[in-house]
Amino acid sequence: MATVGSEGKVYFDNNATTKVDGAVLEAMIPYFSEAYGNASAVYGSGVAARGAVEAARGKVAAAVGANPDEIAFTGCGTESDNWAIMGAARAGRGKGRHIVTTAIEHHAVLDTFKALEKEGYEATYLPVDRYGLVDPDDVRKAIRGDTTLVSVMYANNEIGTVEPIGEIGEVCARKGVTFHTDAVQAVGTLAIDLSKLPVDMLSASAHKLHGPKGVGFLYIRKGTKIDKFMHGGGQERRRRAGTENVPGIVGFGKALELAAAEIPRKGEAMRAICARIIEGVMGSVPDVILNGHPERRLPNNVNLAFRRIEGESLLLLLDMAGIEASSGSACTSGSLDPSHVLLAVGLPHEVAHGSLRVSLSKYSTMGEAEALLKVLPGIVARLRAMSPLP
Amino acid sequence: MYGQKVMDHFANPRNVGEVEDASGVGQVGNKKCGDVMRISIKVEDGVITDARFKTFGCGAAVATSSMATEMVIGRTLEEASAITNTAVAEALDGLPPEKAHCSNLAEEAIKAAIEDYYEKNGISVKSGRKGCCGKCRDIGGKGP
Repeated sequence: MATVGSEGKVYFDNNATTKVDGAVLEAMIPYFSEAYGNASAVYGSGVAARGAVEAARGKVAAAVGANPDEIAFTGCGTESDNWAIMGAARAGRGKGRHIVTTAIEHHAVLDTFKALEKEGYEATYLPVDRYGLVDPDDVRKAIRGDTTLVSVMYANNEIGTVEPIGEIGEVCARKGVTFHTDAVQAVGTLAIDLSKLPVDMLSASAHKLHGPKGVGFLYIRKGTKIDKFMHGGGQERRRRAGTENVPGIVGFGKALELAAAEIPRKGEAMRAICARIIEGVMGSVPDVILNGHPERRLPNNVNLAFRRIEGESLLLLLDMAGIEASSGSACTSGSLDPSHVLLAVGLPHEVAHGSLRVSLSKYSTMGEAEALLKVLPGIVARLRAMSPLP
Repeated sequence: MYGQKVMDHFANPRNVGEVEDASGVGQVGNKKCGDVMRISIKVEDGVITDARFKTFGCGAAVATSSMATEMVIGRTLEEASAITNTAVAEALDGLPPEKAHCSNLAEEAIKAAIEDYYEKNGISVKSGRKGCCGKCRDIGGKGP
């Protein structure tokens, strides 16, 4: 078989996507060519598929403290965000057309807000502090009589900052405004209990937690008003049309069941490795900035900015040294602007171009962190020697 | 994403640094855009005898800088002035479409260095140089 992957490499891009856990893959396999029936069918293979989908729904719901009927499976985290925002904004049209989010959201949220602005909605984009934190009081002040929806991400995908979701949710609940959170980076990494958290809708994606790509869910608290997004069949309690991705849903259930059980132990292990990376880089490389909040951050994310160098060059040299990571530089974002998140926390453009995101998984080891620390100072020094910037 | 030749020039860049007692220096680009390129040249009897670069930028920016210095060494000022961004990109066996502007920067840097040489020697020239790839206006910069 041809080699298509990164065998033997250090994979430090787990905030982008993760490796499918072997147990997850094993759970999915029977649903491709054995129990492949349509989950809406009345015959045996369909009934088996239906049973598997509902069992997965139960696992997902249990892992986040929700009722199974509050979980709707989708095609990805982006679809969950699009649906939550479009659906709630349209359902709230009678009350008003003002919607609120933040400057550091994923593009799945930001671009959906922009699309709604074109439809005549009015959007407010809240700023963040230098650590990327949203102030719940800013949310309170932004809510008006015609505000129908607030969307604030649970944890930032680039800089790892974990937002005060409970407090923001309380503000929204008091004002009677629907609150959505994009929790794509948080579900499976942080303990989440929706039976206690004042959140109306929450988006998640399987491939961020060692599940397969192509499946997400949207949690919709009972009583939340939301229009349909995908039109067609009566799947997902008539809320999300489209034949169920049975193997994907089964994989999501298994992945989240495993992740939820491992959160305390794996979280601590990843946090220790991240701490070693931060301490190691700070101790060996001058002119480096830690992005995101020093404490309120994802246990698996490190984001650093190196002055006078450009991120894509850094990534290419790291890749040549066997380490796969990511950057918020313009060249890697596919636009001329560096990451909107790094600009929102106040980094100058040229510094934002020199960012490096290292993101871990439960498979990451201290040895891999040491491998990074061994090559990184030399790579940064080499690029700086080539840089014309003072 | 990048071809072999681009990766070779990125991984083993030729002529990094600054020419001592340079006859001309050209710096183009904008750090805000994430691309700054400085090329210094030594000119003897109208011929570029040495060229060095320093670049803050992506893989394509480094590779085009490296290739541009190789292309100008041994050329007359007229020949070097005629080197186009397309020629630099072609010499690298092509660049991904979204990186084409990086080769503009290399052409600009060569021209800027030559212009600087002319200015230092009291020779007046009119060039169509923009100073950078010209896209920075899109991100709120002042533009060329």
